[in-house]
Amino acid sequence: MNPGLHQALIAVYTTNTGPGMEPVATPFFFYLLSGLAIAGGFLVITRRNPVHCALALIVTLIAVANLYLMLYAPFVAAVQIIVYAGGIMVLFLFVIMLVSIERASRDRRFNRFWPVGLATACGLLALFVSAFVKGRALFPDRMIAIPEGSNTQQVASMLYGEAGRMGQYTFAFEIASLLLLVAILGAVIMTKKKI
Amino acid sequence: MTDPLSLSPLHLDTPEKPYLDSNELIINMGPQHPATHGVLRVILKLDGEKVLGTECVIGYLHRGVEKIAENRTYAMFNPYVDRMDYVAAVSNGLGYCEAVEKLMNVEAPPRADYIRVILTELNRMASHQLWLGTHALDIGAMTPLFYTFRDREEILKIFEKYCGARLTTHAFRIGGCLYETYAGFEKDVQNFLTFVAPKIDEYEELLTTNRIWLERTKNVGVISGEDCIALGVTGPVLRASGVKWDLRKAQPYAAYSKFDFEIPTGENGDTYDRYLVRMEEMRQSLRIIEQAVNTIPEGPIMAKVPKVIKPPVGEIYHSIEAPKGELGYFIVSDGSTQPYRVRVRPPSFVNLQALDRMVRGLLVADVIAVIGTIDIVLGEVDR
Amino acid sequence: MPNFVMSYLGSTVTPGEAGNQFWALVYVLIIFAGVSLAVVAMNWFERKALAHFQIRLGPMRVGPHGLLQPIADALKLMLKEDIIPAEADQFVFWVAPLIGLLAAFTVYIVIPFGPSQAVSDMNIGILFMLGVLSLGVLGIVVAGWASNSHYPLIGALRSSAQMVSYEVAMGLAVVSAVLMTSMKTGTGTLSMIGIVESQQQQGIWFIFKFFPLGFVAFVCFVIAMIAETNRAPFDMAEAESELTAGYHTEYSGLRWSLFMLAEYAAMIAVSSIAVTLWLGGWLRPFPNLLRAPAWDLIFSLFPSLTFGALAAIAVVGAMRMPAHSYFKVQRIGLAAFAALLGLIALFLLVIAIAGRSSDATVAARLCEGIDYVYWFVLKVSLFMYLFIWCRATWPRYRFDQLMRVGWKVLLPITLVVLILTAIVGVIVP
Repeated sequence: MNPGLHQALIAVYTTNTGPGMEPVATPFFFYLLSGLAIAGGFLVITRRNPVHCALALIVTLIAVANLYLMLYAPFVAAVQIIVYAGGIMVLFLFVIMLVSIERASRDRRFNRFWPVGLATACGLLALFVSAFVKGRALFPDRMIAIPEGSNTQQVASMLYGEAGRMGQYTFAFEIASLLLLVAILGAVIMTKKKI
Repeated sequence: MTDPLSLSPLHLDTPEKPYLDSNELIINMGPQHPATHGVLRVILKLDGEKVLGTECVIGYLHRGVEKIAENRTYAMFNPYVDRMDYVAAVSNGLGYCEAVEKLMNVEAPPRADYIRVILTELNRMASHQLWLGTHALDIGAMTPLFYTFRDREEILKIFEKYCGARLTTHAFRIGGCLYETYAGFEKDVQNFLTFVAPKIDEYEELLTTNRIWLERTKNVGVISGEDCIALGVTGPVLRASGVKWDLRKAQPYAAYSKFDFEIPTGENGDTYDRYLVRMEEMRQSLRIIEQAVNTIPEGPIMAKVPKVIKPPVGEIYHSIEAPKGELGYFIVSDGSTQPYRVRVRPPSFVNLQALDRMVRGLLVADVIAVIGTIDIVLGEVDR
Repeated sequence: MPNFVMSYLGSTVTPGEAGNQFWALVYVLIIFAGVSLAVVAMNWFERKALAHFQIRLGPMRVGPHGLLQPIADALKLMLKEDIIPAEADQFVFWVAPLIGLLAAFTVYIVIPFGPSQAVSDMNIGILFMLGVLSLGVLGIVVAGWASNSHYPLIGALRSSAQMVSYEVAMGLAVVSAVLMTSMKTGTGTLSMIGIVESQQQQGIWFIFKFFPLGFVAFVCFVIAMIAETNRAPFDMAEAESELTAGYHTEYSGLRWSLFMLAEYAAMIAVSSIAVTLWLGGWLRPFPNLLRAPAWDLIFSLFPSLTFGALAAIAVVGAMRMPAHSYFKVQRIGLAAFAALLGLIALFLLVIAIAGRSSDATVAARLCEGIDYVYWFVLKVSLFMYLFIWCRATWPRYRFDQLMRVGWKVLLPITLVVLILTAIVGVIVP
């Protein structure tokens, strides 16, 4: 191959990488992922078998993780998969499988108070629509700009601080982890018959 | 016969709770199971994962050996005896022949005694090697099985050269031995001794200080010396609980009084101690064999025994130290050529009673380790 | 179009980063074929190595020295009757092995076989791998439940509890390795290629860095990865001599082989993580110290030497076959295999010499690429051998002891190593 062309092509392909994420086919992916998330959510509440519900919830969570990816937040997407889909859903499944579920699947599909539920859902929908219409100026109509610095660095600097200063949320982060520790201890104490 | 599962859990010794709690579970292990060493069925009552009680259902290998004995002459019954504890057939034969000889007031000549001791100790070694391989396999170490079986082959080769059979040997006859030792017997045994001594060290190297082995066997299946004596447990299980009782020293038979060997004992009575006791017994067996093969006297190998064996009217109980414990024969003779009653006291049958005492409070995975450590052979338990 | 295809050959980034979809697809296909071949080879190697540990021979009949045994096994499994338990949930029963398989294969996107030999180099490469591997747990849980039987359910729950527990220790060990990437430059990286490149920059494999901290983290990761893939000595959940026979009891034929495929693929994947993080990935020994072209040439000869040695072993095996008519086909087969290996060795030799002697771009690039892939695969093969060695040697842990090791031993150790690594990294310039 012509060496000049070769070098030119190398130049093109190596300078065009940016932070490694180029938006491609954005509307298609957005509608696909949102549709998947909504379909998953719908399946969660309509399936009779609790394990099917849990699997549908996993689909929803993974779709949401991909939406984070579209927002240039790969770190948050990966953590969502590790923590939610890989950890919390496994625990959900544990509980579903260990607790007797035959009774639940024999219950009525929709309980007697469905008009109340329908009214509440309509009210919520009206609220969302009015918020969207009134506050249209807050929703930008194009994709956000590619942020500088990687998502991992941003999250780390917000949570842990950088260059010797405390980050924006360091204190809240530490308090939250203490709270989680207390919650774990409380759960263990409440459920074990004897320590 | 009622199915044990249909009986109330009362007989599984939890009198304060006659009905199953919501956590409790009755699980059936066997009779076809990779780890029960034969057709043993164990019914476990579990609380979650902990064992509350067990019940052994045996009889799947019952062949009516004792009843058959009443219809066979004394010499004809000799081969049946091997089939009980088929792993240590030579010991079974030794016990039976000695019992009948005692009944007839006949003594085997010294050379026969020495040959008997050598073959019996070789068989003890083979039985312990098989035990080690299968016990380690139950706990998850797959490799020692192949090593012990390969080394056991040498013993079986010696048996085959001596009497033609590897497993159910029928090596001895009433009054002595039938076969003279073949040419090269002493050399073979000496070669075997030098061959196998480092192998025992090899087995120990893999297991004795292995952390996983220690965690799986220490403080698992503990039984105290008093409980052992109360249940009638004998053999390495008794010795590992601290009681120094071995019939080869306490009531010497064959030529054992002429040899110098030690009786290994343990302290805690757990699975690890039983493992150590059996490993040491293997070494002591090698000692006995070495002394015997160096000092084997010349002479006849068969005593003067009439062609038709008709013991005088009477009864006798004679027991020997088989690899698994005290193997006893109670023979009642009514003066005819066929015994009136032969009752075998199998060590595995009596030791199996201790299973229930050992596994209370343990987890299910430990039950398999404990069954392995008692070293049972179902042929002997069921007869 | 040909330019688009050929343009990648000169690039120094992975096709995913370059946005080159054609080459990304080619890489994906190569990886798929390679991993399948590796799983097949691993199956054979495990049976042979385990057998030799146990002083027996292993498969010898199907193909010379059992080389065709995995193919025979795969054929047999494919032809078996597909039994689905009557009360089982059909959809979930069908989808469970797929979840495990997808999780195990998706991680190969970020595994770096070389500085540009990966499908795509994500910024969060290692995090992506850990995340997708944790999705494999779901496959197991769901498989046990879908069998509608008491024992597989218990086995599946135990398996997944074990995997989730050891993921914590794995993650902490990984974090302490990632921490080391920021030592010289001040900014660390989660990208797999970046981690290996930082080892190259710092001139030391992370297993030796801050000795013994890197080594302890490595050992903890190895223990956690053996537990994560449910291998001995942590294979209580799938051992046959226990009461619960494992989550894949009710699966027969091809479905069961999918589980085995997922297990071996996961083993290779976690070994790749260990190799990338601690053993320098694709780096040959002493890339900075021994930099002369002569050393480059010597180290480039290693791939051809390896294949040459394998060809020699095959030739010796063919010569030692019994001289009987029954073994004629096997002897010819083994000789043909030896010839194939010899040809590959010759080809690699030519490329190595051509690549290192002249500066011709194609040969040099090819030689470099082959070297990178070779060193990476060699190190992963050592880990595979380690897996088999551990299985042959040790008894298995009881389940509660296994959980105790995961939570009470590995977790504190990895936490301490992490803290000490951070402290030492700040103190040592």
